[in-house]
Amino acid sequence: MNNDELKEAITALLPTVTFDETGEFLNALIGSEDLLPLMKALRSQTELHFDYLFCLTCVDWKDHLMMVYHLLSKDHKHTVVVKAKITDTKNPEIEAVTGIWKTANFHEREVYDLFGVKFKNHPDMRRILLDEDWPGYPLRKNYVDENMISL
Amino acid sequence: MDVKDTNKLVFPGQVHETSDGGILVTKLDDVINWARANSLWPLVFGTSCCAIEMMSAADARHDWSRFGFEVARATPRQADLIIVAGTIVMKMAPVLKRLYDQMPDPKYVIAMGACTISGGPFFYNTYSVVKGVDHVIPVDVYIPGCPPRPEALLHALITLQEKIKHETYFKKKDDKK
Repeated sequence: MNNDELKEAITALLPTVTFDETGEFLNALIGSEDLLPLMKALRSQTELHFDYLFCLTCVDWKDHLMMVYHLLSKDHKHTVVVKAKITDTKNPEIEAVTGIWKTANFHEREVYDLFGVKFKNHPDMRRILLDEDWPGYPLRKNYVDENMISL
Repeated sequence: MDVKDTNKLVFPGQVHETSDGGILVTKLDDVINWARANSLWPLVFGTSCCAIEMMSAADARHDWSRFGFEVARATPRQADLIIVAGTIVMKMAPVLKRLYDQMPDPKYVIAMGACTISGGPFFYNTYSVVKGVDHVIPVDVYIPGCPPRPEALLHALITLQEKIKHETYFKKKDDKK
């Protein structure tokens, strides 16, 4: 599928989706509450069949957090980036996609470790890199470390 | 490189030959220092790219065994010297401290490279990096560089030998003033 066909197919799955084509890939912008049903459909529908999650990360925009999922279909050779907006920065939560792509397990733990996003229904939701008693989430913009030099 | 005469493997004392052997005249301090300085056993410990240069210093081209360092030990219980080669992160710091504590006295520390001196040229202002290994363990010799060449490491090792050769153990309390 090319980007226009992908846009059509994704809009059919989720009418509230908006698109951004300024980057390298087609970006599908959604709310965090719509994530799981859309992801399940992207994985399972034969004409989409995104069977490979090749990047999972998060961006802190101060007033909201943006989860970023890079999806690729090895059969159809098409790519889409799903961006899910989390508005609650105090207690950010989103559904885990570990049940759909197993590779998400460690990536979601890393995002939890560094951004503090809690993934619902994740099989093993604990820190992966930092010590378990580490205070705060270092990649958040409001993270304060008194040993660091403020620029 | 400034290699002084004291680095030669000259025994610190005089041997007086007699018909059935000989008599040795020396100072205990000097003999102990001589023995310690010329058989420093480094711990196999490296956390990033400086460790590659440390391995180069050990290989045939630079050959640190010329100066008595060839017996790299994989356990701190048998090591005299730890060359901290690479960035130490907050998670590694307690491990490094434990390794140091497990080494038997006398023990020596070389801080190799910018990361171990100050946290490094790239990562010094990060939540995860220890800003200088001397926050964790005492350091005898610092080598600047990113990473330092094997020659610089050899110079540091010889500098450490110089330091060891000037240590004293058996001075009276009054002498120390």
